[in-house]
Amino acid sequence: MFEAIAFYTFSALTIVLFYITVTTNNALYALSALAAGMIFISGFFFLLGAEFLGVIQLIVYSGAVMAMYAFGMMFFDSTRVIKEKTHSAKTVFSLSGLSALLLVAILTAPIISDNVTSLFPPIEGVGNTENLGYVLFTKYLVPFELAAVMLLVAMIAGIVLASKKMDIPLEKDAE
Amino acid sequence: MITVNHYLIVAAILFVIGMIGVMRRKNLLLLFFSTEILLNAANIGFVALSHYLNDLSGQMFAFFIIAIAASEVAVGLGLLILLYKRKNTVDLDVIQNMHG
Repeated sequence: MFEAIAFYTFSALTIVLFYITVTTNNALYALSALAAGMIFISGFFFLLGAEFLGVIQLIVYSGAVMAMYAFGMMFFDSTRVIKEKTHSAKTVFSLSGLSALLLVAILTAPIISDNVTSLFPPIEGVGNTENLGYVLFTKYLVPFELAAVMLLVAMIAGIVLASKKMDIPLEKDAE
Repeated sequence: MITVNHYLIVAAILFVIGMIGVMRRKNLLLLFFSTEILLNAANIGFVALSHYLNDLSGQMFAFFIIAIAASEVAVGLGLLILLYKRKNTVDLDVIQNMHG
C-alpha cells in the first residue's frame, strides 16, 4: 500500500517536472524542474532497495551536475528566449515515426528473454552498499578504473575548454 | 501491488519525454537537459530490473551511466561556453554551416 502510494506520487511528479523541462522557454525554469525531477528519481531508487544509487543520484545529479549547469549558465545570457522554428516538418515526422518503431521494438524485446538468470545475486543479510562494493571491486574492477580515467579526461577537457581566454570579455572575443 | 512493468512503463514515458525534447528543442542547453532525462529514464529501468531479477548488474550499469553523465556534462558545458564566446548564442541553428 505504502509502496503504491509512493510509486504513483513519484511517477506523477517526475513526469510533470520533466515535461516542464522540455517544454518551457525559460532556461531557469527548466533547470529547477530538472533538479527537482532528479530528486524524485532518487525516490524510485530508495523504493527499489538501491540505497547507494539513491544517495549517489542525490549527490551527483542534484548536487554536482545541476550546480555545474547553474555555473555554466552564468557565462551566457540564459534569460534570452531563443526563437525556435522547425524548418522541415517532413524530417521531424519521419524521424519520430522511426524512433517510435524502434521504441516499440526495444520495449517488446524482453518478451523473448524469459529465462534470464541472475549473474550476481546479492548476498543475504548484507546491506546494499556492501553488496555493491563486493561486485564493483571484484567483477567490475576494470570498468571502474576506466571510468576513473574517463572522469579525469573529462575534467581536464572541461578546464581547458572553458578557461581559455577567460580574462578577455565576451564581446571582444566574439569576432 | 507494484510490479516491474509499472517501473518500466514509467521509464518508457520519461524516455519518450526526453526524445521529444531532443527532437523539438533548438536551445543547446535544453538539449543537454533532455539528454539527462534520457539517461535517467534508462537508470530507472536498470534499477527496477536489478531489483526484480535479484541481480546487482543492473545497479552497476546505472552506476557507470551516472559516471558517464557527469563527464558528458563537463565536456559539453565547456564546448557550450566556447560556442557562446564565438557566436554569442546557444541556438543550434548557428552551427549549421552546410546548407543542404
